[in-house]
Amino acid sequence: MRIIFKTDYMQDIRPWKDRYQLVLYLILLTVVAAAPWWLDEFYLGELTNVLIWAIAGLGLMVLTGHTGQVSLGHAAFLAFGCYANVALIEAGVPFLLAFPLAGILTGIAGVTVAIPALRLHGIYLAIFTMALSILMDDIIVLSEPITGGVAGKYVGGVEIFGHLVDRWGTPDQFFWLVLTVAVLVTLGYINLLRAPLGRSFIAVRDSEVSAQAMGIDIARTKMISFALSCAVTGWAGALMGLFAGAFNNETFSVLISIQLLMMIVIGGLGSIHGAFLGAIVIGFLPQFLSISKEYAGALFGGNTVAIPGLEFGIFGMILIAFILFEPMGIYGRWLKIRTWFELFPFYRKDMFKRQKSYLKTERLR
Amino acid sequence: MDNAQLLISGLANGCVYGLIALGFVLIYKATEAVNFAQGDFMMLGAFVTIGLTNTEYMGLPFWQALPISLGIMGALGYLLDRLIIRRLFGESQTAVVILTIALGFVIRFVAGLIWGHEPQTLQNPLAGKELRFGGLVLGLEDVAVIVVTILLTWGLYVFFNRSKLGLAMQGASQNQLAAYYMGVPVKRVQGFIWALAGIVAGIAGILFAAKGAVDPTTGLLGIKAFAAAVIGGFGSLPGALAGGLVVGVIEPFASRYIAAGYSQIAPYALLLAVLIFRPNGLFSQVRVKKV
Repeated sequence: MRIIFKTDYMQDIRPWKDRYQLVLYLILLTVVAAAPWWLDEFYLGELTNVLIWAIAGLGLMVLTGHTGQVSLGHAAFLAFGCYANVALIEAGVPFLLAFPLAGILTGIAGVTVAIPALRLHGIYLAIFTMALSILMDDIIVLSEPITGGVAGKYVGGVEIFGHLVDRWGTPDQFFWLVLTVAVLVTLGYINLLRAPLGRSFIAVRDSEVSAQAMGIDIARTKMISFALSCAVTGWAGALMGLFAGAFNNETFSVLISIQLLMMIVIGGLGSIHGAFLGAIVIGFLPQFLSISKEYAGALFGGNTVAIPGLEFGIFGMILIAFILFEPMGIYGRWLKIRTWFELFPFYRKDMFKRQKSYLKTERLR
Repeated sequence: MDNAQLLISGLANGCVYGLIALGFVLIYKATEAVNFAQGDFMMLGAFVTIGLTNTEYMGLPFWQALPISLGIMGALGYLLDRLIIRRLFGESQTAVVILTIALGFVIRFVAGLIWGHEPQTLQNPLAGKELRFGGLVLGLEDVAVIVVTILLTWGLYVFFNRSKLGLAMQGASQNQLAAYYMGVPVKRVQGFIWALAGIVAGIAGILFAAKGAVDPTTGLLGIKAFAAAVIGGFGSLPGALAGGLVVGVIEPFASRYIAAGYSQIAPYALLLAVLIFRPNGLFSQVRVKKV
């Protein structure tokens, strides 16, 4: 067990605990960045997909994990970012400018959504965002001149510093592009959580009344949270569009919204690790299922029929198990294991027990 | 005449939405949680009844199968509360929301495994009979749907506002600790209300399956029922029914009188509008408490 003696306040808010931890993460980053040399092309694509999902997860994590606003409609912002990016590129804006712009535009869209959503809390907000996600489908169809409607859009490679970066042509470069975005977003996120702004997010999540008493402007905090969250989600959507190559109104359905939310719950709400862990689960579950189906088929005679809804069914069961037994997600479980080793033999069963409170109605505020 | 026909079919549809919304509101009133799987419960109730009555499955007579399937649905609701929801006692609403969404996926998957993915209808004694009112053609199923819904809503309303248990439930949701002190068996009340919601979902499912075909994705109707519940304001039973009727009536009229691309938006646009301008619904019983 490493004991760190903190001697001043700046040490307490450093982005990493100590040099040891920093080195660990740098090694991890190096290994991942070198992925094109030790992974074949198929799995590199899978890893790229996982990273894109992780960026989207980070986007939702700001809002749901740290500000406590449940959103079941983030696929709408994924779609917005994706279409904004493609529309800008088609208008002749270079990718390096179009990509940030797409995120910023999505952020602005998020703020416009946040204005009515500020009056809602809890379940109403969830329903509101879900309806938004459903409406987005129709909106895309109706705004056909920009979005291509039902026929959808096709996007090829993009040009960065004269290099053509394409999902199929140059998977390595595309992977690095996604990785760069992921690292930048993560660094920004870590620093956000150190800043007063990020702390005010957490304060709003934990208790709005207390936050107000501490002098936090709740409406403003929620707005900024929506803006940041939607901007990051928009970038993830833009990358998703480039990754898929072709997309239409059904690509970003309400199911994707739900999948995103489930992903960060499985990973662990309120932690940066959670977004990545959840993305790994989401990314590799279909693979895992198909492999296990082959095994099962080999065992019980070759019956590898595709069962509709199987993926989501299994997914739902995993999620229920997590909410019942491990509300903090995979990252929470990892924390417990690590603590057990660090404190051996002093770990206690109820160390991470959450404080329970009696329900009081929200209807009579 | 044409409009009247649209109105009737809209009302019958709206009653089904209203019944699902009734399930939402029941649970919300008593436990402050929202069951996002209520629509899938309805689908399950329909399939359980189909499994009991249709000749290709068990082939029981309809009136025998009815209480059995409702009993099964009630038991399922109770078990769900006993085994899963009760463990979340005292945790945030978000946990219940995410859990019930996941549950919906599981129910859809299981129903697809057992009954297949083909749309099926319930064989019932009312099928194919018609009432004629001077040019208006009324399916007897539609009439049954409307009558049953109104009776059920009225019964539940009286139960909640007059009986001791119903009032206890509302108390339990408003302040759990105080309810405990007053001697309300909060846990038992929760189990009871989930069973009741299961039964209501079962009734909705039976009526829906009698009217039209059911397949495992039917549960997605629940989203429209959300619109109904929100329009009525979560927490008012007659409001839920009224909201359901509004949504049900708007749908056929929208598809009739609005351009094709825009018509299916109508219920959701209405939902967003209500949430933006009257977050507590049009008929809500919420009085803002000023301290």
